[in-house]
Amino acid sequence: MALVKDSKSSFPQWVRSGEPFIWVNAAAVTISMVAVVSLLILLAVRGFGHFWPANVMQSSYQLPSEASQIIIGEIVETESVPVDQIISAGFDVPRDLPFIERSLIKQGNRDVTGADFSWVIANFVGEHSYPVDVMAIERREWGNFYGYLTSVKQAGETIEGLNDQQLWDDLQQRISRVLVLHGDIEEIEKGDIGAINYQLERLRLQRRGLELDENINAAESAVAYADIAAQEAQFNQQYSVLQKQLALLYERINRDSIIATTGAGVEVDIQLAAVVHAYRPNSMGVVEKTIAYVVKFWEFLSDDPREANTEGGIFPAIFGTVMMVLLMAVMVTPFGVMAAVYLREYAKQGVMTRIVRIAVNNLAGVPSIVYGVFGLGFFIYFLGGEIDQLFFKPALPAPTFGTPGLLWASLTLALLTLPVVIVATEEGLSRIPMALREGSLALGATKAETLWRVVIPMASPAMMTGLILAVARAAGEVAPLMLVGVVKLAPSLPLDANYPYMHLDQKFMHLGFHIYDVGFQSPNVEAARPLVYATALLLVVIIALLNFSAVALRNHLREKYKSLEM
Amino acid sequence: MNDSISTVPAHKRNRGKLSEERLGGWRQAKDTIANVTITAGGMAVLFAILLIFFYLLYEIVPLFKSASLNKQSSYSLQTSGSPGAKPLYLAMEEQAEMALQVDDYGLFQFFDAATGDAVMQQQLAVGGRVNAFAFDSEQSPLMAFATGGDVLIAKPGYKISYPNDKRLITPEVEFPYQQDMLTVAGGKIDKLALRDNEEQLLIVASVGNSLQGLRLVKEEDFLSEEIVLVEERLTLPIPTISVDWLMIGPDQRWLYVVSADGEYEVISLRDETIIDSGRFLSQGKVTTIRFLLGGISLMVADDSGQVQQWFMVRRDQQTPQLKPIRNFRAQASTGSIALLAIEHRRKGFITVDENNQLALFHSTSGRQLLSQSIGALSQLAIAPRANALLTQNDDGQFHYWQLHNDHPEISWSALWHKVWYESYTEPDYIWQSSASNNDFEAKYSFAPLAFGTLKAAFYAMIIATPLAICGAIYTAYFMTPGIRRKVKPLIELMEALPTVILGFLAGLWLAPFFERNLPGVFSIFLMMPVGVLIFAYCWSRLPAAIRLRVPDGWHAVLLVPVVIFVVWASVASSGQLELWFFNGDMRSWLTHDMGISFDQRNALVVGVAMGFAVVPTIFSIAEDAIFSVPKSLSYGSLALGATSWQTLVGVVIPTASPGIFSALMIGMGRAVGETMIVLMATGNTPVMDVNIFEGMRTLAANIAVEIGETEVDSSHFRVLFLAAFVLFLFTFIVNTIAEIVRQRLRRKYGSL
Repeated sequence: MALVKDSKSSFPQWVRSGEPFIWVNAAAVTISMVAVVSLLILLAVRGFGHFWPANVMQSSYQLPSEASQIIIGEIVETESVPVDQIISAGFDVPRDLPFIERSLIKQGNRDVTGADFSWVIANFVGEHSYPVDVMAIERREWGNFYGYLTSVKQAGETIEGLNDQQLWDDLQQRISRVLVLHGDIEEIEKGDIGAINYQLERLRLQRRGLELDENINAAESAVAYADIAAQEAQFNQQYSVLQKQLALLYERINRDSIIATTGAGVEVDIQLAAVVHAYRPNSMGVVEKTIAYVVKFWEFLSDDPREANTEGGIFPAIFGTVMMVLLMAVMVTPFGVMAAVYLREYAKQGVMTRIVRIAVNNLAGVPSIVYGVFGLGFFIYFLGGEIDQLFFKPALPAPTFGTPGLLWASLTLALLTLPVVIVATEEGLSRIPMALREGSLALGATKAETLWRVVIPMASPAMMTGLILAVARAAGEVAPLMLVGVVKLAPSLPLDANYPYMHLDQKFMHLGFHIYDVGFQSPNVEAARPLVYATALLLVVIIALLNFSAVALRNHLREKYKSLEM
Repeated sequence: MNDSISTVPAHKRNRGKLSEERLGGWRQAKDTIANVTITAGGMAVLFAILLIFFYLLYEIVPLFKSASLNKQSSYSLQTSGSPGAKPLYLAMEEQAEMALQVDDYGLFQFFDAATGDAVMQQQLAVGGRVNAFAFDSEQSPLMAFATGGDVLIAKPGYKISYPNDKRLITPEVEFPYQQDMLTVAGGKIDKLALRDNEEQLLIVASVGNSLQGLRLVKEEDFLSEEIVLVEERLTLPIPTISVDWLMIGPDQRWLYVVSADGEYEVISLRDETIIDSGRFLSQGKVTTIRFLLGGISLMVADDSGQVQQWFMVRRDQQTPQLKPIRNFRAQASTGSIALLAIEHRRKGFITVDENNQLALFHSTSGRQLLSQSIGALSQLAIAPRANALLTQNDDGQFHYWQLHNDHPEISWSALWHKVWYESYTEPDYIWQSSASNNDFEAKYSFAPLAFGTLKAAFYAMIIATPLAICGAIYTAYFMTPGIRRKVKPLIELMEALPTVILGFLAGLWLAPFFERNLPGVFSIFLMMPVGVLIFAYCWSRLPAAIRLRVPDGWHAVLLVPVVIFVVWASVASSGQLELWFFNGDMRSWLTHDMGISFDQRNALVVGVAMGFAVVPTIFSIAEDAIFSVPKSLSYGSLALGATSWQTLVGVVIPTASPGIFSALMIGMGRAVGETMIVLMATGNTPVMDVNIFEGMRTLAANIAVEIGETEVDSSHFRVLFLAAFVLFLFTFIVNTIAEIVRQRLRRKYGSL
């Protein structure tokens, strides 16, 4: 009690007690924690918020000395700015208030107005209203449309005699029809025609291979050429059948269109073939919005990207990331474990193993871009170039493995994450009491048997931990991948129905690179931003889950051996 | 089992024993296999690690290799020219398969460069012996032959066709202007110069000391759309020195007049006046002068064996002046320079002195790449791709040489020292690896990149060090175990956050946020400690009943609202501060009133974002180090009456300081090699400026930006490998030091 009183007595004494420094140190922890948590919250809010069908605002907007106009759109954000900044930007606003509010409006209609987003100054905006019949259309091109439904047309003829609600229901039916047709077209174009093109390309390479082959005699080659030609003819015929089907489908999908009016009164003809959704957000209840939210979120996870990756889904990126990480795991685990077992169980402990351990540890600290450079130089240009010379001669000069691709990306990341697996496995091995090994050996087991039956099973959680950490690291790494195989838009997935099913030489999409590319290389950053937040959130969630499971596994492991050591 | 009382028949017993033996053998074999496999696997991994090092080395070693020159063939040419004809010009075409010799009677002789077999020859109608000769440049060999006062203009051309899939080169002589002679001067021309470009052809001739200029302007006839040549005469001033060389710059702005004594005068062709004069040499004679590739630099060779590089420098709006830039002197050579040949695609050149010593230089890197004794030469030609040389000896014998000189532009000084690049006013550190034009001087200075790397790392460390170390101290020493168990995984999660996400947030969210709330951001830095201390003091003034209700080690939790409040208050008052102190706009105040340039994506943003990425690395290692200081030490100190803060400062921190040091080193290594954050949160401009409001380009980001666009195995490609190697080495050394310190510390604790 006396001590407490003392510390309360005077300011200099308080300082001398060291109390303020402790508080400052505590503040450092607090700041870090607050920063991490608020970063996660920021990502979550922006990422999850994107899919919510926001209400669409309508209002008049009149800049001084300009005609009034009606604006329709979603308010994205509002901020207050010092009045001087607004004035220096060329707006004539009164100086009586120091701050002026301005809002970013997503007004869509890029085909009409030229830009999706615009800043409006609150002073000039009239009363906000939320008319129930405002319609938002999600389109395959030109971004969203906001406005009013005027009429629906079938084969150029306006549908007459429907009231507003009937017209809307009719429109929804027509959209469902178009979506089904769109799915059919996709299937033919990507699936069937893609497969035919793939086969034709294989035949072309076979023919080129025959041309290059000097040992083959004329009779044999003639047979082979004829065979190729026959197959080609067959594929070409299939292709023309599909072409006819496609033409039919296109004719059907282009049947319907609508006339819609923008806020400014411009009438726009919208082909239904280009429509993904049409909805009236202001008339939707919470339940309807939640359903719409779930649907949009699912589309985000399962769809292909559209409009230079700024809209649509990220499925190919998720798929590519998973493929790459799995391949990497398959490569890194055996080698990492073997190296760790060698270091801990087989190598003679001494200066050499110490040096090696330091080197392995340091390798974890080598910048990832260095691995990328190594992968590009050694794997792609050196190994890949040799492989092409040996096995893919017909395709030259177009490189097969001598160019960035899935295999090399996985291999590069396997090298990058090798230290993680080695360190974690070694840590696990070192926690296994010597007595257990000695017990096994004393019972007559060989070293390999001890290893296989006793040590490895006990160390397996540690290996899993290492592997999970490696996967987490690989999933988030971007810099080396930019050099060794990631692209912004891959034409097809690395795994498909065409023999040999797994295309290790293909380039692929990746979540991390997607974030970089869409956020920084896209022509319409403002429109892409919510999608980037959502992608980032997804990546963080994946990595956080992996990490937490690694931590849980590690704790479990420690608990397990605590009892053994007793 | 082998009991003798057993009733099992002997052969069965034997079989059992046998199978057991066999089994034993198999087990042994398995053991051996496992042994071999694991050892091989382990070794393979270690080998892979070494491979990274050696592969990077393998890629960069060629950068520093010298050139080599090997003789391929020798032959003498069957000349059918006029007796006593002297060669004027020798060159090879693109593939170095065919050579061309032009003599002073206007005879063009095309022959196979490797064998000397004649391919084609053509006599120009120059009407006797040529009294002056000039050509435009190595890249566009437009030639002018003067007999008397008349000039004939011609040019060699090569047509390439592929009959039967084999390359066939057909030479020809072209007359791009007119087939017959142009009258340039009234008297017999002594010296001649010409320069051609898209708009006009310029010919300058000297008769005695007077200069005659003729300009042929190419104008498009707007009816027939044909090019029509319009002749213009220039009235040039009379040089005060003897005219021994005439040179016209490629943009036809300047005419350089040089005398054999080393005096020069520069005549502006626009104003037709002398704008600069001086001396290349104070003593001795100029032996030959050539333009370097691009026509900006004059290479002046003299009789002392030295080659000087000069070019026009314009400082502070003054009239441009010719300045000496570099000197080249072949090692162990003092002889007068007899021949000077210029490379066609790079800023390299070859000298041959009177002692028949050939030397190969590159101007930007200042390297001498080769020195070789070669025999008495009368002529020398470099192939356009700089992969072959053709020489002619005094006795008329030709030699064809193979030249390997892949990366002359890289040297230690080109990478790390200030270099005076062409058209710059002074030596500088510049990174500019590519440009649109062919005669571009590549600027590979690592200095701005290394500077940018260290700048980014510096600002990141400034943000991260206090946060991480203080946080580690508190977490390890004061925090209650319950909270510590929650804080550590959160920090580990922070470490696992992909940097691409941090970079994206920094570039797209933080950078605009900072730009908008600049005063608020600085007030956060300022107010945070103040706010915390005020709160702490107020807390100590609270009645003990309240204070004691909160257990020890909960400071961090108590501070959460304080931190949030300070941040909120600073940001909220940002606009107000801006009004009070910075006329409502801090950004324009910085640029206009303070003269500090401001980029939206600047070092401050990078510092905060990368600091955030580095904090967990430093934190977890430092925390481990502090936490593993044996408790007996601190208990001893506390028992002696020290307060816990005194114990911390006097006992715990000194003991853990090597661990903290190694944490900082590893954090530094991470900051130096980080790619995505700097790539996304800076403008990636390679400038050297400590200004916190400007961006930078780091070595790592530079690799990411440029390696996709380089040609494989080019100098640029290898330089990027060198950058990677520098990064590799730097982080490897830093981490090794940290690791050794840490291991030593661990052993020390072990003994305590």
